[in-house]
This record gives sequence, structure tokens and C-alpha cells, in this order.
Amino acid sequence: MTLRRFLHKHPGRLAAWAFLGIAIVATVFPFYWMIRTALTPAGDLYTDSTGLWPDHPTLINFSRVLGFLDVAEAQAAGGSGARIDFIRYLMNSVIYSTLVAAVQTFCCAMAGYALARLRFRGRDLMFTVIVGALMVPPIFTLLPNFALVKNLGLLNTMAGLAAPTLLMTPFAVFFLRQFFLSIPAAVEEAAVIDGAGRWMIFWRVVLPMTRGPLITIAMTTAVWSWKDFLWPLLVGPKEQTRTLTAALGIFLQQSPNTRPDWTGLMAASTLSIVPVLLLLVFFGRRLIDSLNFTGIK
Amino acid sequence: MDSRPRPPAQRGAARAAWLFLLPVLVGFGLFYLYPAARGLWWSFTDYSLLAEPEFTGTQNYAELVGDAQFWNALKVTALYVVLNIGSQTLLALVLAALMHRLTRSVMVRAMLLVPWLVPNVTVGLLWLWLLDADLGFVNHLISSLGGESTAYFASPTWALPTVALVNTWAYTGYTALLLYAGMLQTPGYLYESAAIDGAGETRTFFTVTLPLLRPVLALVLVTSMIGSFQIFDTVAVTTEGGPVNVTKVIYFYIYQKAFHQFEMGYAAAAGVALVAILGALVYVQLRLLKASSSDLG
Repeated sequence: MTLRRFLHKHPGRLAAWAFLGIAIVATVFPFYWMIRTALTPAGDLYTDSTGLWPDHPTLINFSRVLGFLDVAEAQAAGGSGARIDFIRYLMNSVIYSTLVAAVQTFCCAMAGYALARLRFRGRDLMFTVIVGALMVPPIFTLLPNFALVKNLGLLNTMAGLAAPTLLMTPFAVFFLRQFFLSIPAAVEEAAVIDGAGRWMIFWRVVLPMTRGPLITIAMTTAVWSWKDFLWPLLVGPKEQTRTLTAALGIFLQQSPNTRPDWTGLMAASTLSIVPVLLLLVFFGRRLIDSLNFTGIK
Repeated sequence: MDSRPRPPAQRGAARAAWLFLLPVLVGFGLFYLYPAARGLWWSFTDYSLLAEPEFTGTQNYAELVGDAQFWNALKVTALYVVLNIGSQTLLALVLAALMHRLTRSVMVRAMLLVPWLVPNVTVGLLWLWLLDADLGFVNHLISSLGGESTAYFASPTWALPTVALVNTWAYTGYTALLLYAGMLQTPGYLYESAAIDGAGETRTFFTVTLPLLRPVLALVLVTSMIGSFQIFDTVAVTTEGGPVNVTKVIYFYIYQKAFHQFEMGYAAAAGVALVAILGALVYVQLRLLKASSSDLG
């Protein structure tokens, strides 16, 4: 059947595909426009802001937000003169997300395992209390946590930045416990009879069996930390710990209100989506399949 | 099982459990329990972060009840949640149904997921640029169609709907994928019998897909509503609560009280109110959820 005849016979399908197509374009086009703007010379913005491709494409906006140009050169290319060094913020964000994702996943796996598999007094109460914390909006604990980190002298340190989420989030504990519950007990019993200790069972038997969920939760945690804005802005605004999101917020504020540095801002914004896109390219299927159980159950 | 002599590993289970739980318990105690207790205590004090908290009884709460700004923040948040969750859920439902009946393509799903992976700060910046009154692409589009260019984020009428729709843009794909995952659980034979009975696509959606999706839909609604209530980043980047407080949502209100006016005690009291409101909301929704278990049983 030709396409034409197919569409003639199924006008509903055509409308459905059209709707889906529009949704995809509406989703993706803004990102295209972000990159298009980032490739436009700042001076051209007023004369060249409608075409689908810039008249004089350039990478200078990237080199100036990455801190490759000195202040005078950056200013000549449209910068406000404030120091920006996105390569550093990018690194800070990568370190923050990776550190939190790795340590948190490991600690929560241990706890999830104990809560699912080991018998001890107070286990169910402990689990209930931890899950109950899911109901507390983060801003409520954020105020005292800020005071704590400040009093410990950890403002503008990676330790202070990572501290509240480094060891656990209630969600990760909950999520991993559910998975450990589904491992057949027979596997562990066989290992117990072999005389393996609890730690060996966890390390050699249980962890390898739950690789999928572990990667899923680690990725989700990394994405959350990557997107995190308010906490890094409050706790680590200084250069040495400024994350990419905090830097974007600060960059916007430093940019003149009347004439924001759009080309620079869009170049910096583009940087903030690159790692996420890489994640999607390399782990896309796993990430998408993971939605089948993170959101539901 | 219990009558059998316990293997050595079982006897040590309790001790092993506490070791497994140690990191998570430290993290939970330090950054969840302690700050929650501290926040609650602060809510009964006058505290500016600089001097010690000074006990003032229920004065903060009394003030809160009479604080027009607080009620305004709640009203703004409620309006935002209705606009955001309403449009987002509806669009996501349509998208999920279309994907369910049209394509299993991972590529399509990956593209729809991109905005969710991107930091809210980036989303805010991107739309600030797209909706820029002079140079923004959307305004170009509107003027070329004969409409009038508008500064959406600066307009008292448009600012709140705009923020709500920006977040709808950011989260619709994610929500659609969750609903889509729910739809995949519907057994295929139901569609076959619906087709045999001569039911069209629309009819099938309302008689098969939607009723069976109800529990998943309810759960997705609960979680997205909790998230929506806590909108902060987008407001912080695009409108900072303005113009004239029309976008000053509760999170932003608490943030300003705490970190601009340094009224930690008062901010904590508003936080307690937020905890109570969210708790009540979740309770009601979970009750409704129980009442609406799937027809499939």
C-alpha cells in the first residue's frame, strides 16, 4: 500500500502521528534554538535572530564562557566583564554528581539489603520512619542543614555540598529495599550453607544480582544532583565549589538586566545539557526502561 | 524454620544488620531527623542565624495566620499547581495513549525525556530567552503571525500561567512515559476483543485503557502534585516572584524569609505549615487511590 493510500484510509492515524510529531518538535526545537543562539556572535544578535542558522556561526561564546579568553577579549565578544569559568563549574558538577551517586548508592544498597533480608528488632519501625521522611518537603530540612554546614565551617567545600545526600536519601533506601525483597531467598541460603559471611553474601551474591537497579538508582541520583540548584547556590556559591546550575543562576544575575548576554547564557546552558545527553546516548534504554518501575510501585 | 538450629550467620544477623545500616543511619540522623527536630524547634523561636534562637511560643504561627503574603503565596501555589498539573496530565495522557497505539520507538521516548533530564535552571533560562519581548523566537513567531509581542514573564496576567506552562513543557514527556509504562501493563487480549466488538480507537481508550490505568494515573498524580507544589528553580530564574508577587510561590516565600530577611524561625513555621498541607494532600489522594483500584482486580 502506498503512503498516500494508507493516509487516505486512516485519517485518524495521520492526525495521531501529526500530534506526536508536533509534540516532539515542541520538545526538541527549544534546545536547537539554544544551540543556534550559542553559535551566534553577540554583536549579530539584534540583526540576526530569526533565521534557522546564524549568518556567521562561531564558537567564541563557548570559549569565553569556558574561560579560554582573557577578560578584555571576552568583553569584546559580548561578555559583561565578570569572571566566568564554566570548565571549572562543569568539573564541580561532575564531581558532585558522581561522588553523591556512587557513595549514596553503595550505602543505600547496604541498608536496603539489611532492611529487606536481615532480621532484627525494630526493623519495620525503622523502615517506616525512613519512608515517612519522603513526605517532608526538602526546604524544611534545608534551613537547619544550611545552619549545620555553616557552623561546621563547611560552606564552599565539596564536603559541605555533598554532606546531606552523600550517605542516603529515603527514596534510594526504599527503592533498593524493594528490589532486595524480590531476590529468591534460596540463593542466599545456599551461600549461607557454604559458610559465607553476611558481607561476602552481600558483596559476591546479592550485589551482582541487582546490578540493574543499582545502575538505575545511581543514574537517577546523578541526574538529581546534576539538576540541584538551591542547595549548591546557598552552600557553595564560591568559585571553588560553584556547580553548573548555581553558576548559571549567578551568570544571569551578573548579566545586565536591560541587555542580557544571551549568546553567552545559551552557550553556558548548552554545556549544562551535554553530560545529560551523553547519559541518554549511552544509557538511554536503561534509563527509559527504569521509568517502568521508579515512578510506579 | 525456627525449630531448626540456626546457622552461625543467622545468629550474627542482628549485629551484621546494624553494621550494614550504620552509614545510612548516620546520614538519616544528621541530615533528616536532627534538622527536622531543629526546624520544628525554630518554628517556636525568633532566630536570625546570628544570635541564639529565642523562644517565643506560638507567636510565629499567630503571625503566619494573619500574614497576607503567606496566604497569597499559598493561593499562587495552588493556582500554579492546578494549571501545571492539569495541562501536564492531560497532555501526557494523550501522548502516552498515542505512543501506546502507534509506536514502541525508544528514540521517540528518548526525545520526549530530554527536558526532564535538563536542570530546571537551564529550562528557565531557555524560556526566558525564547519568550524575550524583543528577540525571543516565540515572540518572533507570534508577530509574524500578526500577533503582538509580549513580555510574558513580566506581565502580571501572564507570568504565572507562563511559569506553569514552562514546567508543563519540562515534565510532560516524563509523565507521559510513566503513564505509557502503566498502559503496557494492560493485557493485549482486551484490545483484541475491543477490536472484535468493533470499538474504535477513541471508544477503546475510554472503555479499556483509561479505566485500567486509574491506579497508575492516581499514583502519578500524587507524586507529580507533590513535586509541583515545591516549584522553586523556575521562579527563581525567570520572575523572582514578580511582577508584584503574582509568582511568589510558597517555596520562594520561605526561601526569601530565611535567606533574604534572615527570619529563620518564621520561615521554619511556614515550613511546618507546608509539611501539614502536603501531608493532608497526600492523605486525601491516597484515600482516593485506595478507592480506585483497577477494574482488573
